[in-house]
Amino acid sequence: MADTRKITCTVNGTEHSVEVETRLTLADMLRRELNLTGTHLGCEHGVCGACTVLVDGRSARACLMLAVQADGAAVDTVEGLAPSEDALHPLQDAFRDHHGLQCGFCTPGMLMTLKELLADNPDPSEDEVRVAISGNLCRCTGYQGIVDAALDAAQRLRNGEGS
Amino acid sequence: MSGDAYADAPKRLEDDPLLRGRGRFIDDIALPGMLEAAFVRSPHAHAAIAGIDAEAARAVPGVHAILTRDDILPYLETEFLVVGLPSSAYKQQRDRPALAGAETVHVGEPIAVVIADNRYIAEDAAQMVMVDYDILPAASDCRDSLADGAPPVHAGAEDNLLAEFDIGYGDTDSAFAAADHTFSEDFHIHRGGSHSMECRGAVSAYDPATDQLTLWVSSQMPHSTLRVLVDMLGRNENQIRVATPDIGGGFGPKLVVYPEDVVLCIAALKLARPVKWIEDRREHFIATTQERDQSWTVDVAFGDDALIKGIRGVMVHDHGAFTARGINLPQNSAESLPGIYHVPHYRMNVKLALTNKVPVTPVRGAGHPQANFVLERVFDRIARELGLDRNEVRLRNMIGPEEMPFERPLKTRGGLPVTLDSGDYPKCQRTVAERIGWDEFPGRQKAAHADGRYIGIGLANFVKGTGRGPFEAVTVRVGTSGRIHVYTGATAMGQGTKTMLSQVVAEVLGGDIANVTVTTGDTAATALGIGTSNSRSTVTAGTSAHVAAGKVRDKALAVASALLDVPAADLEIAGDEVRPKGGPGQIANIKVTLGEIAHAVSGTPGYSLPAGIDAGMEATEHVILDSPAYASGAVAAEVEVDVETGGVRILNYVIALDSGRIINPMISAGQALGGTAHGIGNSLFERMAYDENAQPLTTNFADYLLITAPEMPRVDVWFEESPSPLNPLGVKGVGENGVVPAPGAVIAAIEDALSPFAVRITQAPISPPEILALIEAARGQG
Repeated sequence: MADTRKITCTVNGTEHSVEVETRLTLADMLRRELNLTGTHLGCEHGVCGACTVLVDGRSARACLMLAVQADGAAVDTVEGLAPSEDALHPLQDAFRDHHGLQCGFCTPGMLMTLKELLADNPDPSEDEVRVAISGNLCRCTGYQGIVDAALDAAQRLRNGEGS
Repeated sequence: MSGDAYADAPKRLEDDPLLRGRGRFIDDIALPGMLEAAFVRSPHAHAAIAGIDAEAARAVPGVHAILTRDDILPYLETEFLVVGLPSSAYKQQRDRPALAGAETVHVGEPIAVVIADNRYIAEDAAQMVMVDYDILPAASDCRDSLADGAPPVHAGAEDNLLAEFDIGYGDTDSAFAAADHTFSEDFHIHRGGSHSMECRGAVSAYDPATDQLTLWVSSQMPHSTLRVLVDMLGRNENQIRVATPDIGGGFGPKLVVYPEDVVLCIAALKLARPVKWIEDRREHFIATTQERDQSWTVDVAFGDDALIKGIRGVMVHDHGAFTARGINLPQNSAESLPGIYHVPHYRMNVKLALTNKVPVTPVRGAGHPQANFVLERVFDRIARELGLDRNEVRLRNMIGPEEMPFERPLKTRGGLPVTLDSGDYPKCQRTVAERIGWDEFPGRQKAAHADGRYIGIGLANFVKGTGRGPFEAVTVRVGTSGRIHVYTGATAMGQGTKTMLSQVVAEVLGGDIANVTVTTGDTAATALGIGTSNSRSTVTAGTSAHVAAGKVRDKALAVASALLDVPAADLEIAGDEVRPKGGPGQIANIKVTLGEIAHAVSGTPGYSLPAGIDAGMEATEHVILDSPAYASGAVAAEVEVDVETGGVRILNYVIALDSGRIINPMISAGQALGGTAHGIGNSLFERMAYDENAQPLTTNFADYLLITAPEMPRVDVWFEESPSPLNPLGVKGVGENGVVPAPGAVIAAIEDALSPFAVRITQAPISPPEILALIEAARGQG
């Protein structure tokens, strides 16, 4: 029978203890066990970046990581980004204002990758934004709206929005 | 496109849940008791299937069923998906089976399905299903598959010619005999995929209590899926519902009905439990339809004045192994080849070649990018041979705005005349030339050469029929809540359909898009839908929505007139209420809400409706729009080529797009940008490679390259708005336009950058090694 382990991890600030198969990916644990379906699977081989989440503050492919590897870790997903039902994170606001999303499938991974970038580099250049999202594929937007949104969000965050 | 231009465009209604991770995509559906499926697929391009042994796989704990062709036949009226669009050109009927029987004809073809507690177990067991294959020779390249002695794609077939037709007009032979100049050139455009970031997927559920089968599917055309399921399963329309959740991109291949959709329904019927199947990316590479392999040999006759006298030739189109759509793609290509130019004599012989590859159906652009590439390359060559500017040669041949509507003696696949309805083609070309600095470019190029840099510039014009008819269904209904509900057969796959329809309806019904809800792509909500393809939703669904909303508006005013005792002509709808025109006026309480109006006509048992008023606040429209609205435009690209690595960098890219009246500039620009990114990918990166045995070689995103943000230039989008006279909104489609002209412009720019080496490029895409080889060959000749 399947080999299982009990793991404990903090997802979007809430601690979860889950019994998981050792072969279960982190992405499937988030989606199937915790019902956090905002983390999307676009390629399941680590290239498209749709499943990007933050593990202890660093971006990670949730499709390439096993759930058991997140034991004891803090995981942030797109569901934890907005501060409330009434407000969005400045990155989310900027994505809406600059048409940084169309179908919305790559969007959660883009947002989490950019959250990490703006934490590391609050004032990135356009080229730096483009390099930062070079591991996230988008088929809809041609990236321009995403890049504009990231630069605008950086400005909003520097101005103290969302803090 | 500056950010300011977006200021007046409403923000998208779709965005908030998608940004919060609350989209509901197909894989986000989880039903109680749901099982999961994995398909056993052919690893061979062509093989006889001698037997299937699923015994070991069935023994895997957690496996509920393994279904092969023999197991599903009892559920099927016919085992074939008969989906080919009508044409007299077919020479062979090659419909796909739900599951392969005695023969498999492409890698990825589904042979069996495993249904298990979850996908992990289903995939384990799928690997244990033993299929006994006798490998047969395969036809890989469409250029070879029509040759004498080529291996038959389907065993026992005489040849691989699926269909053949001639298209054209005039007298090309006389035109060539009289021309000052002629040349012949071969072109090849390679196949790629759609690669929506969400792969395909479906969830089927059967409720024995109501005898109701439901299929949620990531599809652009759920109504087509319903009709195929009715044909195949022998169930009637009331017993099947097909609905689309949020769709993570479509780009063409999701308009096709797939074997997996049918098999999943049978699994739910057999097991009476919901079943989910989510395609993984490798499956998307081998089992989702693809497009673009075409080989053209084109003869061109032209005068000393650079005017085209005639074009003739032969085109071979890779059809793949089955007919999953029809002859529409090469028809689009051959029909659109003359483009926006005067081509007095034209004739093309078109052959559809079967190959042992996944079937070919539309990918964003649908046959147009190939023809556009060929034609725009032809103009570049004429300019070169005559020593004229490429811009000037195009302008001389171009159809002018004073010639609109311009009827070409060609017929669409439905037998309608090809009539370019509107547009200012010279203005679009002049716009991109000006915005990219075309006239000053020789100076820039000379300076760059002096620095050892190779830069080049290219330009392409395009036209594309959009809004393919005959109609799209839209119902507009005001509920007793006062909300305006819109239902349509169009599907929303990221292109802002819900926002667009809300704008169109709100423009007529009170002006508040937040008061509108839109339901797309659900056969239970819309009886007679067609679906989304061919940049058609704004044209067809937009028009039906506009007309239906107008009828509901008239009704609302009539009911309000009866309720308020004010002539309807003196009333207006503002927000969610009807009031005297110009605001409350002297009697502020003379008003009635849309909800109250809906109540008044929703009927109370035993009481009459207001005099002269019929029931309900709704209208359904299927406005017939047979002739396409032709969107057009021009693009220009400036590139730099590294002659040591063959790498290409796009320095500047401009698009002028005439999609008629623009309903939402932000969304429209987004469509143009996305199409451009896809088109640049088709120029430089995307190559679905197969070996000589038709074995796919690029089945992951490390081998098959999608453009990423650093390679993508900032694109300057400019709208020219020539309203289409064919629909009341004056709109033309947007979605596919960006992709069509990109390869022509980008490849021309590369060739121009390499002008010191006099290389000639007649293919798309082109890779760095191929560019280096061209430079090496040119140097060798030098």
